Amino acid sequence: MSLKFSDEATSKLEVLYGRYPSKQPVILAALHLAQKEFGDLRDEVIELVGSTLDLSVAHVYGVATFYTMFRRQSGGTNTLRVCTNVACMLRGGYEVLRSFESKLGLKVGESNADFSLVEEECIAACANAPAVVCGTKYFLDVTPEMVSEIVDYLKANPHPESEVA
Amino acid sequence: MPAEIGTMLVTRAFGDEANKNITSYEEKGGYKIARQAMAMTPDQIVEQVKASNLRGRGGAGFPTGLKWSFVPKGAEDVHLVVNCDESEPGTCKDRELVYWDPHLLLEGMIIAAHALGAVHNYIYIRGEMMKEYGVLVKAVEEAYARGYLGERAMGTGNRPCHITVHRGAGAYICGEETALLNSLEGLRGQPRLKPPFPAIKGLFGRPTVVNNVETLMNVPFIIDKGGQWFADLGVGRSGGTRTVCVSGHVERPGVYELPMTITFRQLIDEICGGVWKGRKVKGLIPGGTSMPPLDASELDVPVEFDALMTDERIRPVEIAAGVPFDMGGGRQLRTMAGSGGIVVFDDQTDVVKLCSRIMGFYHHESCGQCTPCREGTGWLDKICKRLAAGKGKEGDVELLGQIANGIAGNTICALGEAAAWPMLGFLTKFRSDFESRCTIKKGAAA
Ligand SMILES: Cc1cc2nc3c(=O)[nH]c(=O)nc-3n(C[C@H](O)[C@H](O)[C@H](O)COP(=O)(O)O)c2cc1C
Ligand code: SF4
Ligand code: FES
Repeated sequence: MSLKFSDEATSKLEVLYGRYPSKQPVILAALHLAQKEFGDLRDEVIELVGSTLDLSVAHVYGVATFYTMFRRQSGGTNTLRVCTNVACMLRGGYEVLRSFESKLGLKVGESNADFSLVEEECIAACANAPAVVCGTKYFLDVTPEMVSEIVDYLKANPHPESEVA
Repeated sequence: MPAEIGTMLVTRAFGDEANKNITSYEEKGGYKIARQAMAMTPDQIVEQVKASNLRGRGGAGFPTGLKWSFVPKGAEDVHLVVNCDESEPGTCKDRELVYWDPHLLLEGMIIAAHALGAVHNYIYIRGEMMKEYGVLVKAVEEAYARGYLGERAMGTGNRPCHITVHRGAGAYICGEETALLNSLEGLRGQPRLKPPFPAIKGLFGRPTVVNNVETLMNVPFIIDKGGQWFADLGVGRSGGTRTVCVSGHVERPGVYELPMTITFRQLIDEICGGVWKGRKVKGLIPGGTSMPPLDASELDVPVEFDALMTDERIRPVEIAAGVPFDMGGGRQLRTMAGSGGIVVFDDQTDVVKLCSRIMGFYHHESCGQCTPCREGTGWLDKICKRLAAGKGKEGDVELLGQIANGIAGNTICALGEAAAWPMLGFLTKFRSDFESRCTIKKGAAA
């Protein structure tokens, strides 16, 4: 059975088409929506986005693989993005990352049902380093001691990135 | 009179949760200035912005009024694009600015769009900024509902002005303006060769102005109080205030809007409560990680754009000990104000490790189009990593200098310089830290 966008997603896309001279610029929004609805951007999903926007599969594939937020395989409900860039590194960002690894039993880049753990570049929260973001939720001035609490909080209150697609 | 500490323009709403709401923004006079601007001619607006000495807050410090005047007169289908991709390490102002005062950005955009004759305008926001995306989308909806945006924007009768918030999806390079335009067009976010410059051929092939969030948020103040007033707040050729993001080893990191005249030393000691743990400064990154660092002897220079490029108290960057780096025409590179991201590091910092983290970043973010950048950033990353691990080889310091010099000036976009400049800067200012790591003799097994 071939995939289909939900009616809600379809109407969101319709509105966006009106904002650009062609459908092509809507591709990032369409990929965000597709990832929300299907969990990942496996081949059938790429094909769906292509046929919806009248773009070749090669084009959609090329774009989808350029941007780090798109994933070809499903991940955890929460994507934990832990910054280790300079401002965070100087105030213990790597210790925080190691602490997430041991608390979750995951290495950077790995996922379980609840979490994907990502080592992130600067997330523009440097004045509150080390910083972690999960969907719309920021965790600021994080210490390794806070990691357990953050994980428990997110298990009880998931913040999937698809929230805003 | 230059601005005093405490003068707040773009950061005036920080901490005021209600301000995001259009009613509350209007109660404080919001959108009145945009209405006044509709009674001005586009030329009059551009003249005020020119007179204001407003310079781009996105990184290059380019004069905004001049940039606007490059759009051909009478051109149709002009676009204004806001760069809200903020991802230069150490920079965290635009995210806060749009979160606290989204309508100020929209008001600045409406004025700029009128000056440029732009109809379809876009805010390109970094994909990871999900909370701020929600704030912007809501603000835009409110502005449409009030008639400030739409086919008859600001109730003018015949002047359309549209704003669309466009989400990225994770790629530092999309902050570079031509990569951003490609990304907006639905392509991979790879920079374009210039010329043509965006003002002539930009988004969808039309004349386009790309401006940073903070740049545009200053525009309503200029129109309200006049270009001269704004110029007088600053010094020399830099008008207004400067919003800096201070991070790293200070007691009170934060986003601070300050007079251009403030020095790094005052900033650290008086604004940020000094270096943490009672330590001393070893150095700092003055404007995002792509700018050459300053050492502890160079802190009495103000944060202003021209000072950082020309003040002789800042030692010029070298390729090798005693050999100055030539920016073209014999011009020396000291440093630049960049994005306003100031990262302070204390005297116990391993600067080789710090520099290595920066090179790892640029290697990771290189889009791969140009060989000097793609390969060169990889080599810098690899060599810095081995130095950081204490496994540097004799000659590595010279090699790093040569590679960085080979990247700078030989690439499509400035990401090449963004990697090469700090590399050369770290080597110039902290050479002995690097040399002490190069202990393995040439030819010896690693
Ligand atoms: C690699 C690279 C990344 C950049 N990232 C950003 C960014 O995240 N935000 C930004 O405003 N400008 C960024 N810039 C600068 C933009 O190309 C452009 O100069 C700026 O948005 C123009 O706006 P302004 O004149 O108002 O500063 C970047 C430049 C380069 C070379
Ligand atoms: S300099 Fe680097 S990032 Fe810029 S276009 Fe070339 S390869 Fe891409
Ligand atoms: S360096 Fe971590 S948020 Fe900027």
